[in-house]
Amino acid sequence: MKYVLMFIETEQFAKDFAALEPAEKEEAYRRVYQWFEDHADKITNRGSKLQGAETATTVRLDGSGVLTTDGPFIEGKEVVSGFTEIDVEDLDEALRMVKTWPACPVIEIRPVAQM
Amino acid sequence: MVRDHAGRLAGALVSLLGDFAAAEDLVQDAVEIALKRWPVEGIPDRPDAWLFTVAKRRGLDVLRRQENYRAKLALLEPPEPSPRDDRLRLIFTCCHPALAREAQIALTLRVVCGLTTAQIAAAFLASESAVSQRITRAKRKITDARIPYRIPRDDELPERLTEVLTVIYLLFNEGYLSSTAERAHSRDLVDDAEWLTALLHGLLPNEPEVAGLLALIRLHRARTAARFNPNLVLLPDQDRTLWDHAAIAEATALLTRTARRHHAPGPYQLQAAIAACHSEAADWSRTDWPQIVVLYDMLLTLQPSPVTCLHRTIALSYVRGTATALTELDALAGDLDTYPLFHATRAQFLRELNRPAEAHAADERAAQLTTNPAQLDLLHERLAN
Repeated sequence: MKYVLMFIETEQFAKDFAALEPAEKEEAYRRVYQWFEDHADKITNRGSKLQGAETATTVRLDGSGVLTTDGPFIEGKEVVSGFTEIDVEDLDEALRMVKTWPACPVIEIRPVAQM
Repeated sequence: MVRDHAGRLAGALVSLLGDFAAAEDLVQDAVEIALKRWPVEGIPDRPDAWLFTVAKRRGLDVLRRQENYRAKLALLEPPEPSPRDDRLRLIFTCCHPALAREAQIALTLRVVCGLTTAQIAAAFLASESAVSQRITRAKRKITDARIPYRIPRDDELPERLTEVLTVIYLLFNEGYLSSTAERAHSRDLVDDAEWLTALLHGLLPNEPEVAGLLALIRLHRARTAARFNPNLVLLPDQDRTLWDHAAIAEATALLTRTARRHHAPGPYQLQAAIAACHSEAADWSRTDWPQIVVLYDMLLTLQPSPVTCLHRTIALSYVRGTATALTELDALAGDLDTYPLFHATRAQFLRELNRPAEAHAADERAAQLTTNPAQLDLLHERLAN
């Protein structure tokens, strides 16, 4: 069963991360790379880290006309900062995997629809 | 009675079909047919076999075109009782942490206890369509997100079991509190909670917190006869000869056995131990208050909560005097200002300290905050005196 993990950053997390010393930042990245390595056999698409929410552009096709706005479509304090795709047995295995994620504090696990 | 068989049937069907939603629909069909026909035709000699046969026939009917199911359904037989049967897997699936709490509760009542949507809706004063939607959505999530149908691994069991016990504890509380209000239409959820906990205890006899919750529920139930006359009677004023002392002795023995095997009691065991202290006292004045304060202190280290602190101050007033207890109670004002029991307790303390005007004001505040008719009756009685 394939799931997409959406990694979600909070304002607090971003602030805390920005305040880290360069060596600490490097260590934080190292832990993330290590996580990808540890779960390499389950990861079917490494996905990507996304640029900041301020770089997002949202197109709404449901209005009277096509409207393009600046910024992320969620005006929230939490934004998706990256994603990856995994292939595991069931939701419990996905949960176990996600519990060891060493970075941002919120993760959405979404099953991939089977066509 | 339907409850016991419905759970088994659901467990057997999910196991066999590997399709939670389809299995659950068959069970519900069979249960509804039984509820319609048994009152008219009488309860069959073997209700379990009856339900299994109906489910099987319905299944073959509904799924006639799906050969896969047909072959599997043909294998369906009433199962031999086994120590860790399919129902345990069912409970863990229904209480999976990926489901919303309300969905966990509705699904457990429906799938494990075999309640109909109408019964669940009545118990929670919700509309039938809302409950049915909640259940449908939950079942879809179990299938689509592939929530597994299994007993969690040993390393996951404590966490998942906590989730299951929380669901049952909420049922118990809902039933216990609502029993003080309108009883006519509300199903006895305490009964369902006890049944579920007993089932869980039978399946996981070595889990101390399951035993703790079972003892807690049974200790509270043992006092039911004295709790209403017909209005709510508070613990100090209850006629203790009406308590079920055999049930109290049994629940206390269960608690003692569990405590002997495990050294650090969890929150349910501690709450049960507090209930046991009350249940064993011949009257209110002979309650072992020092012991109760100690138990509350232990509970607070595990689960800090202002409401637990509030209950502790009542015990404390008997050990270290009302003035000390009032000081500790007042420290909770920030957290509990909108909680009626806080003001009612405060009123009680103030009366004991001979400050009637302040006591009156506190009772008035409590009466403004509660909508529970039984609590209101009590408060109005106090305010009139």
